[in-house]
Amino acid sequence: MDIAFSSIKELREGLDSKKFSSVELTKEFLARVKKLDPKLKSFITVTEDQALADAKAADEAIAKGEQQILIGIPYVAKDLFCTKGIKTTAASKILENFKPVYDATVVAKMKQQKAVLLGKTNMDQFAHGSSTETSCFGPSHNPHALDRIPGGSSGGSTVAVAAGLAPFALATETGGSIRQPASLCGVSGWKPTYGRVSRYGVIAMTSSTDSIGSVARSVEDLVLTAEVMAGFDPHDSTTSKVPVKKWGENLPKKLDGLKIGVPKEYFVEGMEKDVEARVKEAIEEVRKLGAKIQSVSLPLTAYGSMVYAIVAPSEISSNLSRYDGIRFGHVTRDAKDLYEIYSKSRGEGFGDEAKRRIMTGTYALSAGYRDAYYLKAQKVRRLLVEEFEKVFSEVDLLLCPSSPNVAVKIGGAADNPLFGYIADQLNIPGALAGLPALSVPCGFGKPADGESVDLPVGLQIIGPQWGEEKVFQAGYAYQQVTEWHKIKPKGF
Amino acid sequence: MSIGSDEIEHIAKLARIELSGAELEKFRADLNKVLGYIEVLKTVDTDGVEPLAQVTGLQNVFRKDEAVESPLTKEIIDNAPEKVGRFIKVKKVF
Amino acid sequence: MVSNDYESIIGLEIHVQLKTKSKMFCSSPNNPDVAEPNVNICEVCTGQPGSMPVANEEAIKKGIMVGLALGCEIPEYSKFDRKNYFYPDLPKGYQISQYDQPVCGKGQVEIESNGEKRVIRITRAHLEEDAGKLVHQDNATLVDLNRSGVPLLETVTEPDFRSPQEAKAFLQNLRNIVRYLGVSDADMEKGHMRCDANISMRVRGEKGLPDYKVEIKNLNSFKAVEAGLAYEARRQAEALEAGERLINETRGWDDAKGVTVSQRSKEEAHDYRYFPEPDLPILRLSREYVRKIADELPELPAQKSERFMGEFGLSKGDAEVLINDKGLASYFEEVVSELMEWFEAEKLPHEDVKKFAKMANNWITGDYQAFLKEGGMEAGDSKITAENMAELIKMIDRGEISVTAGKKVLSVMFEKGGDPSNIAEDENLIQVNDKVKISEAVNVVISENPAAVKDVLGGKKQAAGFLVGKVMEKTKGTANPKLISELFNKVCKKCGHIWAMHWPFKEVPIAERGEKDWCDVEGCDCDDFQE
Repeated sequence: MDIAFSSIKELREGLDSKKFSSVELTKEFLARVKKLDPKLKSFITVTEDQALADAKAADEAIAKGEQQILIGIPYVAKDLFCTKGIKTTAASKILENFKPVYDATVVAKMKQQKAVLLGKTNMDQFAHGSSTETSCFGPSHNPHALDRIPGGSSGGSTVAVAAGLAPFALATETGGSIRQPASLCGVSGWKPTYGRVSRYGVIAMTSSTDSIGSVARSVEDLVLTAEVMAGFDPHDSTTSKVPVKKWGENLPKKLDGLKIGVPKEYFVEGMEKDVEARVKEAIEEVRKLGAKIQSVSLPLTAYGSMVYAIVAPSEISSNLSRYDGIRFGHVTRDAKDLYEIYSKSRGEGFGDEAKRRIMTGTYALSAGYRDAYYLKAQKVRRLLVEEFEKVFSEVDLLLCPSSPNVAVKIGGAADNPLFGYIADQLNIPGALAGLPALSVPCGFGKPADGESVDLPVGLQIIGPQWGEEKVFQAGYAYQQVTEWHKIKPKGF
Repeated sequence: MSIGSDEIEHIAKLARIELSGAELEKFRADLNKVLGYIEVLKTVDTDGVEPLAQVTGLQNVFRKDEAVESPLTKEIIDNAPEKVGRFIKVKKVF
Repeated sequence: MVSNDYESIIGLEIHVQLKTKSKMFCSSPNNPDVAEPNVNICEVCTGQPGSMPVANEEAIKKGIMVGLALGCEIPEYSKFDRKNYFYPDLPKGYQISQYDQPVCGKGQVEIESNGEKRVIRITRAHLEEDAGKLVHQDNATLVDLNRSGVPLLETVTEPDFRSPQEAKAFLQNLRNIVRYLGVSDADMEKGHMRCDANISMRVRGEKGLPDYKVEIKNLNSFKAVEAGLAYEARRQAEALEAGERLINETRGWDDAKGVTVSQRSKEEAHDYRYFPEPDLPILRLSREYVRKIADELPELPAQKSERFMGEFGLSKGDAEVLINDKGLASYFEEVVSELMEWFEAEKLPHEDVKKFAKMANNWITGDYQAFLKEGGMEAGDSKITAENMAELIKMIDRGEISVTAGKKVLSVMFEKGGDPSNIAEDENLIQVNDKVKISEAVNVVISENPAAVKDVLGGKKQAAGFLVGKVMEKTKGTANPKLISELFNKVCKKCGHIWAMHWPFKEVPIAERGEKDWCDVEGCDCDDFQE
């Protein structure tokens, strides 16, 4: 049995049947991390000692007959999740040595499950970006092609799962940060409905869209993590009391009667040919499972990125105000007065992209501009939400690409016209509307830069608000008739 | 409409971030791009549309008024770069 | 001196700390006065990464209670907004406040000052979290976040005040209101209530608001508010008279020097970059929810004052004294309630209610309140129960003890508690109405003070008072002073004797007094006495 690429379900069965212990699993994954991560750079912090201690405790509990979905299963967490006493950096110099005093709710849930944290993973600094290149520790590398980006901002989490360094990972998404890297690395990623999973203890980026999700090797595994992670949290006023279903008990193999919409605006001009081809093939597979496919239109799609370009930096600029070198984090040694404590600590500690967003946001909210910019953007946002509501009154789910392109070279984003703005179009509108989505591997394609390398393509499944059930069902059924999600990157 | 360099400096002050001349110029270009977006958004008819602040539709999320002493107070203070006893210390305000 | 007659245009901005158990957006204990720094803190009110606010339902309710008491409209929808600025006492780099949809809208309050009534319009009142405290040292500033996150209600008035006295009256009224509602202790000296005032001057008779206003900060007591505004009014009037053009300014009140000082450094126009707080869903204040709060409002000071005047016949001044101290007013009502019970039992005429209420008022706001002040305690804390106080009043009214004796009994009750009738007995304070006993003292005083007696016969009233005092001394204050006074003030028309000289004789049986005549003036029975 190939431990590194086993599913959570397989590992669960192995642990429960005493085929192996959690300590053995943990040791194996840690060994792989030691051997393989130097070329992947997916980890910022490896928590070796703590992991082994947790694995031992999990083994003792399993021996006593404790039954939980994730007990003894190793995992990693994006370095945006506060882990008490363990460095949490947001991949930024300003939090380089910061150790939170408390655990994020989702991390606490994992602790309750006695899952085993292997370490914290690399990411775009403060989640600003889609390539993991803005990390102050340098980029992570796509296991399918080491000179290419894994996507972002949850790049590290995705690479770790894709390369078999961990069975699953905690990740976050604000505008594609789970779906896009999952697509680029050939793994499955879940972005929940906004408010489905607690944000408490996750360093805030864009508070009105931040969603807490996971990355794993299959939809079936994602469902297991989702059942643990989802639910109301009294510490997070934006979590819903909509009951968490046992999605795992309702995963059919056929999709008869399911109405699928394919939004024409999501097949953007200039999309890579292979991406378009793979996604269309995937849609055909879904049709064969009994679903009814129809073309739909979301005319306001193009405005999504613009709304995001105003709303996100505005909220970011406010959320990042607490990083001032006074109560925690990096503080400058050069300040001659209080003003400089602020300005130099922040000037030294924040990366380029963080500064850019803070500046943009501060400007958008400042006197005289707030009404014109922020409020206007939030009004257009409401129109986007209504547009989705209308489309979901006609169809159950939407299918489209997760990314218009396969992974670009590290440092090559600037050359790629599709990167950023246009790619965002596929993920941002749904994010702004708080909708749930999955990205599942649907094949391989060659990049537009001409290199003859096969890189993963992802299919995106978007559901209506609180529509996790159908989203999981479609993803699961698709993975029963395809093998893309089982393909390992070469050399791993 | 374009953002002047005075304005950019003012924004940097509001945001309390020290920026080099080159950075200020770079961000000025970025902010101008954002202005471009706004011009596009302005063309969307939003008459009578309420701004959306919360996608969930939740209302009245409250907590009961019960005091709980946190066990983390010392650790919170310990995280501060400078402290005096239980106080957190900063440079003189004025 | 100014030749033009200027009038003050004053508005107030008041912050009241709400007395909830926990903070506005987290469960840390709401106790900003605790001595040790940074003990009532948690990850939320110290702005740790990833922390999030959760609104305190009691703070919202208390905010609405105050709004209702101020006659404010309570809107159906309200929300929180972020007010962004950098300061070491503000851990998140923004304060969660309310910008354009405050929890209380327009309202109004009537105040009275110098006998004149004025309606003060309330612009709005909103909820927000307090910042921490800074301790300034020579080379550093120390930050204490105990107060960070404490719930505040900020009330803003229209510039309707026309004098510093009116501003003070409003603040006293507001303080009473929040104390009566139980939402705040509102002690300005402890920082529970803070006030910034703005003032401009315009020539009397002119209409429209002046084109400038000066904000005064650092007004830490009612006195400071009054003095600060008075100083500014004078300063501005003089400046305008001298032809100066006044502009918007922020000035700080220096209590020690009695002047305001310009704070130009605080004048940078603040760009707070308000936007709706994305971590807190909106508030929907249903009409039912608001009505329930309104129905459960305790009696407000103005209502209580009206009732004290109507039901108990107290004067406005007396009522004001009582209601300005919530505990005292409650105590008063309890005492009167005890008296009423006795009333019902004895079936006494209703006019007497007012008589007793007045007595209770006099005793409570007089000696009793003095004792409380000396002992540094509140009305409910003393050892004198309402029952006991009522009993004391009854005893005095029935003449069982004199007023003087009553004061002594009160003093003992304050120190040790106890039943007044027991104390009176133990201390031998029971008023002696027994005429025979009194007459013994009277005779001694007459024989010891012949000069005074002669003065009394000569018509000198002071001498009579002197002799009354002497008798009271002799009887250790227990003799009924009214009776003694009569003895020395009534003179027989026929014989010119004062009653005291013959008084008991008429009533003592002949067998005891022997053959001595009642009066040695021929034909006089000493029964024609007058003052």
